[in-house]
Amino acid sequence: MHLAHYLGLLHKAQERLGDAFTEVGEAHREEPDVFHTCQKLATQCRGHAEKLAPFARRYAEDAPAEPDRLHSELFSGTRSGGLGLLRDLQDLYLMAAECDISWTVIGQAAYGARDEELLAVVKSCEQETAIQLKWLRTRMKQAAPQALVVAE
Amino acid sequence: MVDRIADPWGPRTPYGPGERWPVRVDSFLADGHTEADVQRWVPSASILHSNGDAMDIAVVDDRIVGVRGRPGDRINNGRVDPKDLYGWQANHSPDRLRRPLVREGGRLVETDWDTAMGRIVARSKELRDGPGGWGHFGFYTSGQLFLEEYYTLGVIGKAGLGTPHMDGNTRLCTATAAAALKASFGTDGQPGSYTDVDHCDAIALWGHNVAETQTVLWMRMLDRRRGPNPPAMLAVDPRATPVAREADVHLALRNGTNMALLNGLLRELIHRGWYDEEYVRAHTLGFEKLCEVVEDYPVAKVAEICDLPARDIERAAELLGGSERLLSTVLQGFYQSNQATAASCQVNNIHLIRGMLGRPGAGLYQMNGQPTAQNNRECGADGDLPGLRNWENEEHVAELAKLWNVEVDTIPHWSPPTHAMQIFRYAEQGSIKLLWISATNPAVSLPDLARIRRILAQPELFVVVQDLFLTETAELADVVLPAATWGEKTGTFTSVDRTVHISDKAVEPPGEARPDLDIFLDYARRMDFRDSDGNPLITWTGPEEVFEAWKECSRGRPCDYTAITYERLRSGGIQWPCTDEQPDGTERLYTDAVFNTDPDYCESYGHDLATGAENLPEEYKAKQPGGRAFLHAVAYQPSPEVPSDDYPLLLTTGRTVYQFHTRTKTGRATQLVHAAPESWVELNPADADKLGVGEGDLVRVESPRGAVRGRARICGVRPGVVFVPFHYGYWDAADGAAPGQGRHDRAANELTITAWDPVSKQPIFKVAAVRVVKEADSGGRPSPAPTVGGSAPLAGADIPATVGGPAAEAPSRGE
Ligand code: SF4
Repeated sequence: MHLAHYLGLLHKAQERLGDAFTEVGEAHREEPDVFHTCQKLATQCRGHAEKLAPFARRYAEDAPAEPDRLHSELFSGTRSGGLGLLRDLQDLYLMAAECDISWTVIGQAAYGARDEELLAVVKSCEQETAIQLKWLRTRMKQAAPQALVVAE
Repeated sequence: MVDRIADPWGPRTPYGPGERWPVRVDSFLADGHTEADVQRWVPSASILHSNGDAMDIAVVDDRIVGVRGRPGDRINNGRVDPKDLYGWQANHSPDRLRRPLVREGGRLVETDWDTAMGRIVARSKELRDGPGGWGHFGFYTSGQLFLEEYYTLGVIGKAGLGTPHMDGNTRLCTATAAAALKASFGTDGQPGSYTDVDHCDAIALWGHNVAETQTVLWMRMLDRRRGPNPPAMLAVDPRATPVAREADVHLALRNGTNMALLNGLLRELIHRGWYDEEYVRAHTLGFEKLCEVVEDYPVAKVAEICDLPARDIERAAELLGGSERLLSTVLQGFYQSNQATAASCQVNNIHLIRGMLGRPGAGLYQMNGQPTAQNNRECGADGDLPGLRNWENEEHVAELAKLWNVEVDTIPHWSPPTHAMQIFRYAEQGSIKLLWISATNPAVSLPDLARIRRILAQPELFVVVQDLFLTETAELADVVLPAATWGEKTGTFTSVDRTVHISDKAVEPPGEARPDLDIFLDYARRMDFRDSDGNPLITWTGPEEVFEAWKECSRGRPCDYTAITYERLRSGGIQWPCTDEQPDGTERLYTDAVFNTDPDYCESYGHDLATGAENLPEEYKAKQPGGRAFLHAVAYQPSPEVPSDDYPLLLTTGRTVYQFHTRTKTGRATQLVHAAPESWVELNPADADKLGVGEGDLVRVESPRGAVRGRARICGVRPGVVFVPFHYGYWDAADGAAPGQGRHDRAANELTITAWDPVSKQPIFKVAAVRVVKEADSGGRPSPAPTVGGSAPLAGADIPATVGGPAAEAPSRGE
């Protein structure tokens, strides 16, 4: 059963997203809403990772060896300024999108495995990830015209 | 005669449920004038708070000599707030601006209108014609202009320049009211009417010190409380305000925890079955989710988070649950606090699940703090589109484009209009290069003032200020335009309960000062804004013509003004919507429990209340609201700044009954100045003891952003909380520090944090972590804090009472 690998993948992706939210928030402290929201969402991501951990452990017992190139690197540090903010938020967006689709995949697997407990975790967390995506989209839409057309 | 400084609320006129509130006509005429020698009475209403009290201006020899309440007006029945009784005297201040000023070699010097406007227009054209033109303009207005002025400015900004960067200080004040109304009911617009006070059997005041912010509304509540079958009263406020002292249940919760309290109260109401199942089923969406979320907030847990006795929370729930006609009012204690929109929506939820809307006594006021805040929201000079239109609804934007005869894409609607804090951020970063500030004073009223001064002083930022006096903000401007004010110009404005009043010109403005409308029209003419056919964009020349144009803009929208005329307003206020079908206006909204949530009609497709993430139009439509209201559910989250070892206390800010906004006018009326001459710091006796501070001692309050000094008042504020009034700036500071330089240790906003609610974008003024240090002994002198209102000393403290004496005596007569 390969479920453990995907659980591991999402667990790692959630942890990384949490760290990235923290980093981006810190880098853009001058944008207080970004700073405060990123902090909140970072905590949320770490919560997701924690909730996944026991399942990852449980399913690891009957998993084959981890395949190559399972994990991908979507974030390599923050930038500064208005344009930098947009790019940073876009990185977060892509990372959150990876989590989002992973929740879908794992949700499907949970059905297949008849794992009600895992399904409950997926249902509550995937909603939060969806809102993270929505917030990132909202914030980028707001910032784009000024950053790309007006600022020098 | 009543000394309305010593007794701001005047004599009681008790009445019973369902009866008409008795008339009591208050007046004040200065300089020995009597009603007999008044030559003209000119209709107007208050501009020094948001109650909407109607009054007449007394004129003798083309000079204002006083005011008198309008006995027949539905809002005040003749009563006048002390700020209005005395505040008009500021119109005559010798330091009124009489000529335009421009900055020359670092100093502001007098000039003529042509030169001043010439500079603004030259800079504007240069910016407009360069790359990213529209994005270099920012407008920051007020909650004190007239409807006609907002609408004109809205058209200039949105159709002329095409900039989304327009907002008002209504953002500090009432943005959450609008956000909460939109979120729950689909559009802005107060459901209730002030007459709900006459009918209710319970009043809940959520973070609303109405006794000091809207004294006449409080008089109405007090008169009910002194009459037969009085309404029960609940107050939620960390301070011992007059409201808290009057209430049957006072919840002095820890600031920043409103959301936890409301979740707990809703849980109690639901658990005990104190809700209207049928109403919920027929007229709301989201009940199940609400039940699920509030389930997490049992009383014991809420008691812990809010630091309240559990029994008091239960008593509050009993009061709310046992009422048959519940009236709620919400203001800054919620709006300027943590989770502002979410918590305010929970008050809406209480009314929705209990079916407490749309009938006499079952009312809800998501209040305004400022007198014309509602108009700014309606007319689109702030972060809204005119006519409560939805910027995400293509049809709505197309209607505006047709009305103004401009291309749809001229009107910025690609993302939400920029909110005030973001406008200042763009100015800080340098992409907004021209900032036009009218009738407000951000150098005192915005959070983290050191930062605001830095922004306004940036040499690359061209700052225009339009005001009556050389305010703290005006001192930092490049061009200062002298404006006419209330009594010197004509226009209309709307109170909290949607009552529109006219305020007519009574006298000429001083010197070369001009009505704000004339200034905006002059700008439009000089900029030569054109419509799609090459005709002038703005075709009107005076207030009544704007009003007529506005009526067309409002047609078919919730705030429909089409059957209102200036003529009709001169004989009394009218509540919108007012149409040919409802020519007398509309007293209550949602009487049929059909809400404005239809996707084609609503003002917003909604947000996630925790993050502010916007719903996509399709998501909204998929909910198929079909006229049902939304019950929102959100978990409690601690506020962004909580006490620490370094800053162990919580700061809250607020008003006194004697001052308004940043005292631009009330600080120039003798009676009001004497009543509350200086800032102060409120401490609870337990905290004061620990700090070794006694009454009147000079203390320093420090936050990570700055420090202020004031004399301590030991009073009934909640333990662990420090209160500083927010009115005081520097123009009359004892050490004479000018805004740009010198000491800045007086304005409460030196301390407050730059953070805002994710949905309403209203700054959080009510939660900052601070520490208090004693600097000097009182020398036996008590704090200058008034003994009336929230700063009243503890019983038994031997402190001379705040009085006005003969200079403040004002007649009050019954009819
Ligand atoms: S002073 Fe009061 S009314 Fe004015 S913006 Fe602030 S809160 Fe609103």
